[in-house]
Amino acid sequence: MNVNKRQEYRTLFKQNVERRLFVDKIVRLIVISCVMIAIIPLGSILVEVFKNGLAAISIEFLTEVPGSIGSGEGGIGPAIQGTLIVIGMASMIGVPIGVLSGIFLSEFGDNRLAKSVRFFNDVFMEFPSILLGIFAFLVIVLVLGHFSVWAGAFALALIMFPIVARTTEESLKMVPVTYREAGMALGLRHWVVTVRIVLAAAKNGMVTGVLLSVARIGGETAPLIMTILGSSLFFSNFDTPMDALPLRIWRLSLLPYDSAQMQGWGAALVLILIILAINIGVRTLVLNKDDTYRFGKMIKEKIGGIK
Amino acid sequence: MKKKLVVAHRRKINSDNVFKLGATIAGTFVLVIIVLMVFQLISESYPIWEEEGFSFVIGTDWNAVEGRESFGALPYILGTLTTAALAMIIGVPLSIGIAMFVSDAPPKIGAPLGFLVELLAAVPSIIYGLWGLYVFREHFKDFIETPLHSLFGDSVWLFSGTPFGLDIFTASIILAIMIIPTVSSVAREVMKAVPQQQKEAAYMLGATKWEMFKLAIFPYSKTGLIGASILGLGRAVGETMAVTMLIGNATGASAIPSSLFKPSQTMSSIIANEFVEASPVGLHLPALIGVGLILLGIAVCINIVAHLLVTRMLKVKEGAINN
Amino acid sequence: MATKPDTIETQISSTKDIPTVEDKFKMIAENVTISYGDKPAVKDVTIKFKEKSVTALIGPSGCGKTTFLRCLNRMHDMTKNAKVEGKVMIDGIDLYSKEIDPIYHRRKVGMVFQKPNPFPTMSIFDNVTAGLRLNGVRDKKILNEIVEDTLKMAYLWDEVKDDLKKPAVELSGGQQQRLCIARALAIQPEVLLMDEPASALDPIATQKIEETITELKKEFTIIIVTHNMQQAVRVSDYTGFMYLGDLIEFRETKKLFTDPKNELTAKYVQGQFG
Repeated sequence: MNVNKRQEYRTLFKQNVERRLFVDKIVRLIVISCVMIAIIPLGSILVEVFKNGLAAISIEFLTEVPGSIGSGEGGIGPAIQGTLIVIGMASMIGVPIGVLSGIFLSEFGDNRLAKSVRFFNDVFMEFPSILLGIFAFLVIVLVLGHFSVWAGAFALALIMFPIVARTTEESLKMVPVTYREAGMALGLRHWVVTVRIVLAAAKNGMVTGVLLSVARIGGETAPLIMTILGSSLFFSNFDTPMDALPLRIWRLSLLPYDSAQMQGWGAALVLILIILAINIGVRTLVLNKDDTYRFGKMIKEKIGGIK
Repeated sequence: MKKKLVVAHRRKINSDNVFKLGATIAGTFVLVIIVLMVFQLISESYPIWEEEGFSFVIGTDWNAVEGRESFGALPYILGTLTTAALAMIIGVPLSIGIAMFVSDAPPKIGAPLGFLVELLAAVPSIIYGLWGLYVFREHFKDFIETPLHSLFGDSVWLFSGTPFGLDIFTASIILAIMIIPTVSSVAREVMKAVPQQQKEAAYMLGATKWEMFKLAIFPYSKTGLIGASILGLGRAVGETMAVTMLIGNATGASAIPSSLFKPSQTMSSIIANEFVEASPVGLHLPALIGVGLILLGIAVCINIVAHLLVTRMLKVKEGAINN
Repeated sequence: MATKPDTIETQISSTKDIPTVEDKFKMIAENVTISYGDKPAVKDVTIKFKEKSVTALIGPSGCGKTTFLRCLNRMHDMTKNAKVEGKVMIDGIDLYSKEIDPIYHRRKVGMVFQKPNPFPTMSIFDNVTAGLRLNGVRDKKILNEIVEDTLKMAYLWDEVKDDLKKPAVELSGGQQQRLCIARALAIQPEVLLMDEPASALDPIATQKIEETITELKKEFTIIIVTHNMQQAVRVSDYTGFMYLGDLIEFRETKKLFTDPKNELTAKYVQGQFG
C-alpha cells in the first residue's frame, strides 16, 4: 500500500472522532443517571420512613399494646419485644449450627461430602423464605397444634444458618495456615487448635457474618405469617402466637384507617433503625478494610437477599 | 512368672474424633433439612395432586367453597414469571449501567456510590411494600399509569384497564429496584475480572471509554452478565412481601396477567394472603402447598443456572491468568 | 540511592549522539518525568526518535523503560496514580497538550504488548479490523484491502489467508503476536511501540517477529523495549540504555555496544548485572 493511500485513510478516521466523543459523553450521562435512579428510591424510602414514622413515635407507642382496630391508640410494644425474642431464639439455634457447619466446610472440607454440602448450602440459601415458613408450619405448628414462637424461631434459624456457615467458612479460610501449623507444633489436639487459635483469629469475620444475618432475619415477614401468626399481647410463653415488627407493619397496612397507616410508619422506623444500624456499623467498621475485601464481597452477595 | 503384655491400643473415641463428628453432623444438617422439606411439601400437597393431577399446574380455577373445590396454579405461575421478567427488563439495564460506572470510576466516587446501592439490599421487603403502597403508588398512578392509559389504553392491550396503582406494573417496578443491588454487584465483579491487557488493547486502538466497554469488557464478560441477570430473576421469583402488597390480590382466572394495569397474583403472594385463613380440612391448604412446591422447583432451577454461568466465567478468568 | 556524581552527568550528555538536525524526527520525548504517587519511575528523559528507524530501549528490570514506552501513547491515562510531566511530540504536536484530543492522536501510535492479547471472542479478520470499525470504516473493500496489507506486513498472511474467520485464540503464540502487530498496523499508525514483543515466544517465532520489524521500519518509526541485548543489536538502529529511571546513554546501536562511553552501560552490555 502506498503512502498516499495511507494518508487517505488517516483523513477518513479524523472525520469520525467528534461523533465518537459525543457518543461517549452520552453514555457517561446515561450511566450516571442509572446510578441516580437507583439511589433516589433509597433516599425516598429513608426520608418517608423518618418523616412519617417520627410523628408516631412516643414512649407509649414503643411500650404499649395495640389499641382497638382503627382507634389509633396503643402501640407496638409487643411487636418490638417479639422481634427481639424471635431473632434471639433463632440465633441460639442458627448460630451454633452455622458455625459448626462452617468449621466442617473449612477444616474438613476436601472431600466429596463437603463439596455437596457446600453446593446444597448455597442452593438452600436461595429458597424463598415463605416456603421455609410453610415447612416450619408443617413440622411444628401442625404437630403441636397451635401457632408458636418455636415455629417462628425455627423458620428464621433456617434462613440464618446457611449464611453463618458460609461466612464462618470464609473467615476461617482467611486465617493463615501458619496459625494452624504453630498450634499443631505445640502438640495441641486438632480441635483445640481450631477452636482456640483459628476461631479466635477469625472472630471479626464470624461476628460480622452473624450480625449481618441477624439484620437480615429481623426484617423477614413471610416466614412469620404462618408460624408466630401475630398477636396483640406481650410475650407469655413460647407456645403461643407472638407479634413481631414486620408482621405488625403488614397487618397495619391492610387496614384502611389513617391512624393505622401512621402506626405502620412508626413501626417501620423502629425496624429500619435497628437494621440499618447493624448494616452500616458492620459495613463501615469491618468490611472496608483491605484484608477483608474478598470476605466483604462474598457477604454482600450472600446477605443482600430479598425476603 | 507371667509377663503381662501391655498392649497399647488406639482409643477410638477421642476429643478430635468427637469434634469432627459434631462438625460433620452440623454440615449434613442442611442436606437433611432439604430432604425433609421437599418430602413434607410433596406429602402435604399430595391431596391436590391426587385430586387434580397435572391439571393443577395448568388449571385456572380458584374456588375454596366446600363441595365445589377446584384449584389451579397457572395464574400464579404466570403472575410470578411476568413480574419477575418485567423486573429483569427494567432492573438489569439499570444494574449494568451502575456496574459500568462503579467499576470504572475513581475509588473516591465509586466506593461510596457503590455502598449506597448495596444499602438498597439491606432494606426489608416489608418496608419496600409500605413505601410502594403509601408513597410510590399514588405518584406512579397519577404521573405514569393514567397518562399511558389515556393515550394508549384503547390501542395497546398492555395499557388497557383503568389503573388503580395496585397492579403488575407497580409491583414489577418495585421488584426491579429490589434486584438492582444483587445484579449490579455481581456484574461489577464480572467486569472487574476482564484482564487489564484486553482493556489496554482497546485503548491502544484509540477507543473511547464506551468503545473500550464494547470491545473488551462486554464480549469477555457476556456469560457472567447473563448469569448476574438470571440471579436477579431468581431473587425476583422468590420475593414475597413487597409484591403481595402491591399486586392487587386477584385470584383465579382473573389473576392471569393480561395488562400492566390489572391486578394479579404471584405464587408467593397467594400463599402470603391465604395460608393462615385456609381451612385445614379440604383441598385449600394442600393447593397452597402445591403452589409452594412449584415455586420451589422454579426458584431452584433458575438459581442453579445462574450460579453455573457466573462461576464458569470467573473460572475462565482464573484460567486465563494462569496461562 | 546514590546521587549522580558530576562526571557521569557530563558523560551522559556527551554519550547521547543525537542525530544531526537535518534528520527528521518523527517523535520527540522532551523532559519526560513519570511518577506513581510521589515515587518517580522515569526521571527527566529526553529522546528524539528518527523517522523510519528502530530504536531499542534496554536496561535491567525496573529501570523504567516500559513505563517510558507506555507514556508515548498516553497509556498511563488508564493508570490511577500515574503522573506524567513533559512533552511527547509527534510531528510537532504535543500529545499531552490540553487542546488536542487523545482519541485521534493516540491512534497515530500503535502498540504491541508483551503477551499476545488478541480479542478472544473475535476471529482473525475481526481482530485486525477492530480498530478500523472503531474509526467508522464499514466499506468491505477497504477492510479487506487493509487486512491483506497488514497481515502481509506482519508475515502472517500466507499462514492464515485461507481461513480468516477462524477464532484468533486458535493461533499459536507467535502467530497471535503477529496478529497483534497487524491489528496495530491496521489503524495506519505512524509510530509503532513494542513492549518486549518476543519475550513470550519461542526462538523461531522470535526470529519471524524480528524479520517483521526489519521490514516494517521501511515505513514506520519503531520503538522497542527489550531485555535481550542480542535482539537490540540485530534489530535496532539506535539504542537507549536506562537505569533506575534515568537515561544513561543513547547512541547508534553499534557504537553503544562496541564502545560504550558510560561505565554503567559498559557493565550492563557485558552482562555484569541485569
